[in-house]
Amino acid sequence: MSIAVAFEKARAEGRAVLVGCMPAGFPTVDGSIAAMKAMVEAGVDVVELEIPYSDPVMDGPVIQKASDIALANGVRVADTMRIVEAVAATGAPVVTMTYWNPIEQYGVDRFARDYAAAGGTGLITPDLIPDEAHDWLAASDAYGLDRTFLVSPSSTDARLAMTVAHCRGFVYATALMGVTGAREQTSSAAPALVARVRAVTTDLPVGVGLGVRDGAQAAEVGSFADGVIVGSALIRCVLDADDEASGLASLRALSADLAAGVRAVNR
Amino acid sequence: MTDLLLPDATGHFGPFGGRFIPEALVAALDELDAAYRAAKADPAFVAEFEGMLRDYAGAPSPLYEARRLSAQAGARILLKREDLLHTGAHKVRNVLGQALLTKRMGKRRVIAETGAGQHGVAAATAAAYLDLECVVYMGELDTQRQALNVARMRMLGAEVIPVTNGSRTLKDALNEALRDWVSSVDETHYLLGTAAGPHPFPELVRDFVGGIGREARAQSLERLQGLPDAVAACVGGGSNAIGIFHAFVPDEGVRLYGFEAGGDGVATGRTAASITAGSKGVLHGARTYVLQDSDGQTLESHSISAGLDYPAVGPEHAWLHDTGRATYEPVDDDEAMAAFQLLCRTEGIIPAIESAHALAGALRIIPKLTEELGREPVIVVNLSGRGDKDAHTAGTYFGIL
Repeated sequence: MSIAVAFEKARAEGRAVLVGCMPAGFPTVDGSIAAMKAMVEAGVDVVELEIPYSDPVMDGPVIQKASDIALANGVRVADTMRIVEAVAATGAPVVTMTYWNPIEQYGVDRFARDYAAAGGTGLITPDLIPDEAHDWLAASDAYGLDRTFLVSPSSTDARLAMTVAHCRGFVYATALMGVTGAREQTSSAAPALVARVRAVTTDLPVGVGLGVRDGAQAAEVGSFADGVIVGSALIRCVLDADDEASGLASLRALSADLAAGVRAVNR
Repeated sequence: MTDLLLPDATGHFGPFGGRFIPEALVAALDELDAAYRAAKADPAFVAEFEGMLRDYAGAPSPLYEARRLSAQAGARILLKREDLLHTGAHKVRNVLGQALLTKRMGKRRVIAETGAGQHGVAAATAAAYLDLECVVYMGELDTQRQALNVARMRMLGAEVIPVTNGSRTLKDALNEALRDWVSSVDETHYLLGTAAGPHPFPELVRDFVGGIGREARAQSLERLQGLPDAVAACVGGGSNAIGIFHAFVPDEGVRLYGFEAGGDGVATGRTAASITAGSKGVLHGARTYVLQDSDGQTLESHSISAGLDYPAVGPEHAWLHDTGRATYEPVDDDEAMAAFQLLCRTEGIIPAIESAHALAGALRIIPKLTEELGREPVIVVNLSGRGDKDAHTAGTYFGIL
């Protein structure tokens, strides 16, 4: 399924899409596939697969730790393809968040080709801005992949318009000035940022990430955004668990809570 | 010939440099860029900066003719004595410039990353001098190895935050400083410690430390009635090297040599020589040479010199390397320490271990230069810092402690 279809389907149901993030290979390749399948079974609409990176400057402690574990357990960028295939087989679209250097070293065109063949929909690039994205713009066009760049509360109107113009699939609005990680309160800057994006695009959905940790917050964000992106809170379920089974159980419970959250408000 | 006007308006040195950063930082970098360009064109800012360098930091640093060393080495060696500046290294030039710019931007908090603590101490110094709040991120491992510098920073009123992520060293401290900056960019300036990172940092830091080369060039003309045959500097992130190189780049007859930290030896993999042993990639906001595996994961660097122990290099060095304008070679720990000892014993100067790499490399190229020139070469070596901070490391290395 494409991202666009997932957003259309949710829109028809009068709700936001729930995007759940998990690092590739955390804690192992098979373990991460099991976790992503569990999230989908419990109501996550779109899986955001993060490629672990040694220097994740946009990520808070939870994703850093999970990435370190995945790397220590030997995950490779090439494993992404197998994970994408396995998760896409569930019918849920897979989008991939990645820092830029792993893609550049794999080869931008080669990655786009392999990733598209595996059934991935596109990339979210936290440290690649459109200004530096020539190769990725070309490769994503060549292989029909979506590209999601980030917009921030600090983006000027001109940059926001430029960035959105380069997006395909959806736009990622970072809800607050900061790194990933669950927070007590979601940001008051998020609705304003979403409105600014909507002012420059009518057809691209807007996902909001950074800080969502439970169903109530998902409902709140889902009331104004097209997509609710949850990372650290889900990953923590696996990170804090004593064993795989209890990790998957709490992952299912939180996914279900978040899924109920995005359904709790009528848009 | 390397284009002197680089970087271009978007911060590129050929294929290197640029901005590989979260969108959240773009506005701050644009603000910094605009503020820097305005400051550079403002005679009042330039005069204030120059006054601080002269009256507070002790610039210009002497170009010292090392006669006993020269006699032993078979070359005329002149040392650019950055070790005599306040705080004991060239880094004071960068921190004073950036702290002054911070004031100009109306911000009152600076954050900094530090490896061994030298940049942290320099940042804390400038913050105290210019009444700014200062937070320094330092890898937990480094806070243990460099407890004295942690104490110095705290004496100067800075807050030191040990970083417990990743390898708990410089690159992790840099990541954490970037994370702080993403969250605090409205009131905070990131006082980056070397000529690396996203645009405009490589250019801005180069310009603030560029006095090293401008002074050395003028001092050479006065003393030698000409220019040296070669200029040598150590390269970690590369601020002291770009600082002394930049003024000499148009002088085609002056060979530029950057000496990277070879660590245990490039062949062992325990090295910090990013240009020699690394490959093109993206790290900490710029495209440059990076020590990385085939997946683009950053490799841990190794060097006896904490100040050179960094797995990447400033993008302008990557460009000078690719264009052939400068030559980069690794210097192993043992070779650097031999030069360290030689300088101590011949000149009564204890150099920073970083700077000992520059000297070791200079000694190595003497035979080749002598052959090329058919006479004794004249070499300016950037003595970027003093070695007091390294007493423990060197004392242990030589079995004195």
